[in-house]
Amino acid sequence: MEKAIVLAASAIGAGLAMIAGIGPGIGQGFAAGKACEAVGRQPESAGAITRTMFIGCAVAESTGIYGFVVALILMFINPFIGKL
Amino acid sequence: MASEQVVSAVPSVTGPKIVFDFEVFGLKINITETIVIGWFLIIVLTIVILFLTHNMSKLKPKKKQVVAEFLVSTFKNIVKESMGEKNLHYTPYMMTIFMFSIFGSLVSLIGLRSVTADFNTTVTWALMTFFTIQFCKIKTNGFLGYVKGFGEPFIVMAPLNIISEFATPISMSFRHFGNIAGGMVITQLLYFTLGSISKLIGISIPIFTVGLPAILSVYFDLFTGFMQAYIFIMLSMAFIGMAKE
Repeated sequence: MEKAIVLAASAIGAGLAMIAGIGPGIGQGFAAGKACEAVGRQPESAGAITRTMFIGCAVAESTGIYGFVVALILMFINPFIGKL
Repeated sequence: MASEQVVSAVPSVTGPKIVFDFEVFGLKINITETIVIGWFLIIVLTIVILFLTHNMSKLKPKKKQVVAEFLVSTFKNIVKESMGEKNLHYTPYMMTIFMFSIFGSLVSLIGLRSVTADFNTTVTWALMTFFTIQFCKIKTNGFLGYVKGFGEPFIVMAPLNIISEFATPISMSFRHFGNIAGGMVITQLLYFTLGSISKLIGISIPIFTVGLPAILSVYFDLFTGFMQAYIFIMLSMAFIGMAKE
């Protein structure tokens, strides 16, 4: 019975952890918008702008990845069953 | 009928398989897939590099020497742009991490498990950069200046400064590991889903797994692997460059 509660709570927690995916979505969309604006203003530096945008997006993605790692750990490693 | 065959197997995402283990002084050491594939990569890369740099000549370079020189000069330019002229001696370290990281992620194209999909790999590299940063800070400011640096700008900021120092290796390692391992999980789930579709229709060969995973792996393996390796060394260079001032 306790095992069922722990498993259910782990699953719900994993789902809640993925709410962290909103942040990078908004942030990277904003960055891409600014990059499009900059390319529109100066088309000959499109290569450098695109590279910089990719670097910025990869760094901004890290908090979304933290939420993903927490969800993975809860779903597949089940750390709380051992503490029963 | 296909409706009786309920697809009941749940896809399981596991860590690297343990190939064998042995005991040393009461400490159990596991040799995992990551270590085996990592050593395979090291041997292959060493043979390739020895082949490229064999019989070099100054006046009449052969094609392979031009390739090797091109690689080294590209990296030297990247390091010079990020860290400045006087830090060019960090090029071997950065190039090693980049090569190991990108080939470690790209082995998943051959079917082996990515070396960087194991957290141990990325946390090792992040800790190496972390200790390099702390050592450079101590060397530039002296030990007293290093301890006082945590009290800038106010002394009450000291705990926050210490925490943000530790956040550097944690975020670098988790970013790299999470991206590559996430790609691995999504690819495994995709293979499982496409395989179950074939089973539901009644065909015993998973024919739907041809095509779509390959297209997605252009993003998940090639693009993400290259970007994460590049980001890792860019951040290392930025932090070490900042620590030397």
